[in-house]
Amino acid sequence: MPVLDYLWIIPLLPLVGAAVNGIFGGRWAKNAVSGVAVGSTTLAFLAALEAVREFLSLAPNQIPLVRDYFTWITAGNFRADFALQVDQLTVVMLLVVTGVGWLIHIYSSGYMHDDPGYRRFFSYLNLFMFFMLVLILGANYLLLFVGWEGVGLCSYLLVGFFFLKQSATNAGNKAFWVNRVGDFGFILGLLLMFRTFGSLDFATVLPHAASMTADPAGQAGTLTVIALLLFVGAAGKSAQLPLYVWLPDAMEGPTPVSALIHAATMVTAGVYMVVRSHAIFLNAPVAMQVVGVIGCATALFAATIGLVQTDIKKVLAYSTVSQLGYMFLACGVGAFGASIFHLMTHAFFKGLLFLAAGSVIHAMGGEQDMRKMGGLRKKIPVTFWTMFMATLAIAGTPGFSGFFSKDEILDQARVMAPVLWGLGVLTAGLTSFYMFRLLFLTFFGTERYDEHHVHVHESPKVMTVPLIVLAVLSVCGGWMAAPQLAGGVNHFEQFLAPIFASGAAPVAAAPEASAGGAEILRALFGAPVIAGLLGFLLAWWLYIKSPETPKQWAQSLSGPYKLLSGKYFIDELYAAVIVRPLVWISDKVLWHVVDERGIDGAVNGVAFVSRESGDRLRHASTGNIRTYATWIVLGVLVITSLLLWMVG
Amino acid sequence: MVPTSYYLVLSAVLFGLGVVAFIFKRNILTVFMSIELMLNAVNLAFVTFSRSLGQLQGQVFVLFVIVVAAAESAVGLAIIILIHRNRGTLDVEKVDTLKD
Repeated sequence: MPVLDYLWIIPLLPLVGAAVNGIFGGRWAKNAVSGVAVGSTTLAFLAALEAVREFLSLAPNQIPLVRDYFTWITAGNFRADFALQVDQLTVVMLLVVTGVGWLIHIYSSGYMHDDPGYRRFFSYLNLFMFFMLVLILGANYLLLFVGWEGVGLCSYLLVGFFFLKQSATNAGNKAFWVNRVGDFGFILGLLLMFRTFGSLDFATVLPHAASMTADPAGQAGTLTVIALLLFVGAAGKSAQLPLYVWLPDAMEGPTPVSALIHAATMVTAGVYMVVRSHAIFLNAPVAMQVVGVIGCATALFAATIGLVQTDIKKVLAYSTVSQLGYMFLACGVGAFGASIFHLMTHAFFKGLLFLAAGSVIHAMGGEQDMRKMGGLRKKIPVTFWTMFMATLAIAGTPGFSGFFSKDEILDQARVMAPVLWGLGVLTAGLTSFYMFRLLFLTFFGTERYDEHHVHVHESPKVMTVPLIVLAVLSVCGGWMAAPQLAGGVNHFEQFLAPIFASGAAPVAAAPEASAGGAEILRALFGAPVIAGLLGFLLAWWLYIKSPETPKQWAQSLSGPYKLLSGKYFIDELYAAVIVRPLVWISDKVLWHVVDERGIDGAVNGVAFVSRESGDRLRHASTGNIRTYATWIVLGVLVITSLLLWMVG
Repeated sequence: MVPTSYYLVLSAVLFGLGVVAFIFKRNILTVFMSIELMLNAVNLAFVTFSRSLGQLQGQVFVLFVIVVAAAESAVGLAIIILIHRNRGTLDVEKVDTLKD
C-alpha cells in the first residue's frame, strides 16, 4: 500500500509546488509557473485516487487507517502527533478537494493569464491546497486546526489579491477578522475538549464522547458547551448567521478563488468539522437544535437577499451561504450523511457556477453587473449550457445531482422537524427563482451592453473543458443515491454508514414506503420539486415574459425591496454596534491615552530618567588621572587594612 | 647574611616613593617612571620571598612582570609622544577632557 503508507505525500505535493513557484518562479515564463502549479495538483489528485483505490481494498477493521509520523508537541500530559487519518469521510473530502481543486487550477491557468500577479496567484492557490489537505487528513483536532487557520490565511491572501484596490484589501481584512471571532470559539471548544477527554485525537475523543450519557434534552452539559463552541468556529468558517458577512465581500477575489475557496472547499470545512464531531453533537440535543435552526435560518435569510442582487458573483455568494445553511440544517436533524452528500454535489455545481460566471465576466471584459448583460446565450454557448446544467442541479430538478442531495436533506428534516422542513422547501423555491433570474438576465432577453465596446467571445479551451467536466459531475454526481427512489440502496449513504455506525442511534426512520412506485412519485412530485418549479415559472414570467414587471414591483413594494437590496442592513448594523465603537475606543482611548501617554510615556520616561541622572553623575568624574590614582590608592589601603584586621 | 626584612622594607619604601610620585608629580613622563618604580619594588619583594622560601615561582613571576612592563612601556611611551604632539604639553592637569 504505497500511498496509504506515505499519506503525507498528498499534502506535500502542493506545498512543494507553492514553494517552487514562490521562490524560483519570478524569472520563469507563465507556462512554467502554471505547469508547476497544475502539475503538483495533478500529482496530488492522482495520489489521492491511488490512496482511495488502496483504501477500498482494506478490511473494515483496518478503518479508520491512522498513520502516525512523528510526535509534534508534548507538554505535560498533553500530546499531539503529526498523524494523518483516512476513513470514508476523508475519502469523500479528499476526492472533492483534489478533484475540484485540480479542475480549478487548470481553469485558472487560462483565466489569470493576463494578470501580472500570475506567479503569486498560483503560489497562494497551491498553498491553499496544502492546508486544505492537512485539514481533512489530520487525525486530531489540533492538526485540523492548523489546516483550518492555514486555509483562512490563504483565503485572506487571495481575497485581497488585487491589493491595490481598497475594497479588496478591506474585504480581505473583513474575512480575516470575522473568522477570528469564530476561531476564538473553536479554540475554547478545543481547550474544553482537552480538559474533558484529556486528548485531542479523533480516535480518543469521539468514541469517548459517544459512550458518554447524552446531556438531557433542554439542558446544557459539558458536551453541549463543547459542541456549541465548535459550532461557533464552524459558523465563522462556513459563513452562517451571524458571522456570514465576510463571504459576500470575499467576492472581491479572483473568480477561480471564489469557486475553489468560497464555494467548493474551504467554506465547507465547518460542515466537515461538525460531521467529524457528530459523536459529540449527537449527545448534545440542545446544540443539535441550535445547529439546525441556525442552518435553516441562514438558508432562508441568504436566499431572500440573493433574490434582488444585481452583481452576478454576489448572487452566487448568497446562494453559497444559503446552501451551506442546508448542510447545517442536515447536521441539525442528524442527517450527517446527507450533509456530506450535499457538500459534494454543491462543490460540483457551485464550483461550476462560479467558473461559468468567471467565463461570463471574462467574455464581458470584466463586467459583473447582470443589468448590463443579456442575450449572451448564442455568443458563449459552452458557458451557457454548462451554467444551465449547474442551475438545473442547484434548483433541484429531478435527475440532477442537487435534487438527490437536497431531497434527502429535506426528507430527513420532514421526519425530525416539520417547521424546518417547511422553511427548507420555501428556500428551495427561492433558490430556483434567483438562479433562473441570474440565468435569464445573463443569457436571455435583449442585449443591454454596448457592442462597440464589449467584444463578447467564448473562453479558451483550457477554461471550457473544466466547465464541461464539472457540468457532467453536476448532472451525474448524485446518481449513486438514485436506487433509493426505487426502494433500493443509497450507495453514498451506505458508503459513509460505518462512520456513523459508531455514533448513537441511527437517525431518521427507514424508508417507510418500500413500494417503489409510490416512492418515486412522491420524490418526483414532492414539495421541494414543486417549489422549485414555481420559482422557475415566476422567474420566467418576470424576466422573460414581461420584463417590465420587476421594476413595477420594486416601486410598489419599495420598503421590502430596499430591505433586501440593502442586505437587511446587517453590515450597517455591525458597523454601528461593533466596528465604530471599536474604532472610537481604539482611537481615543487606546491610541491617544494608553499608547501615547501610557506606553510611550513609560518608554520615554525611562530614557529621560537615565539621561538626566547620567548628566548629574558625570560631574563626579574630573578627568584628572591623579585624582583617580589617589582614589585607587586610598581604596587599596582601606581594603588591605580591612583584610589585615580581619585576619589579625 | 642580610635579613629578609631589610629587603622587604626597601621594597616597601621604593613602592611608597612610586605611589607618592605617581600622585603628586605633574609631568606624565615622571608619572610613567613612578609606575616602573612600583613594578620594580614589587619585583624585589617577589625575589625576596622566592629566596627565603626556597621556591622558584617568585622568580618566574618577576620574569613575567619584566616582559609585561617592557610591552607596557613601549605602548605607554607611544601614547605620551602622541599626547605631546597633539596637546603640546605633558602636564596631567591639562589632559582632563574625559569629563566633558
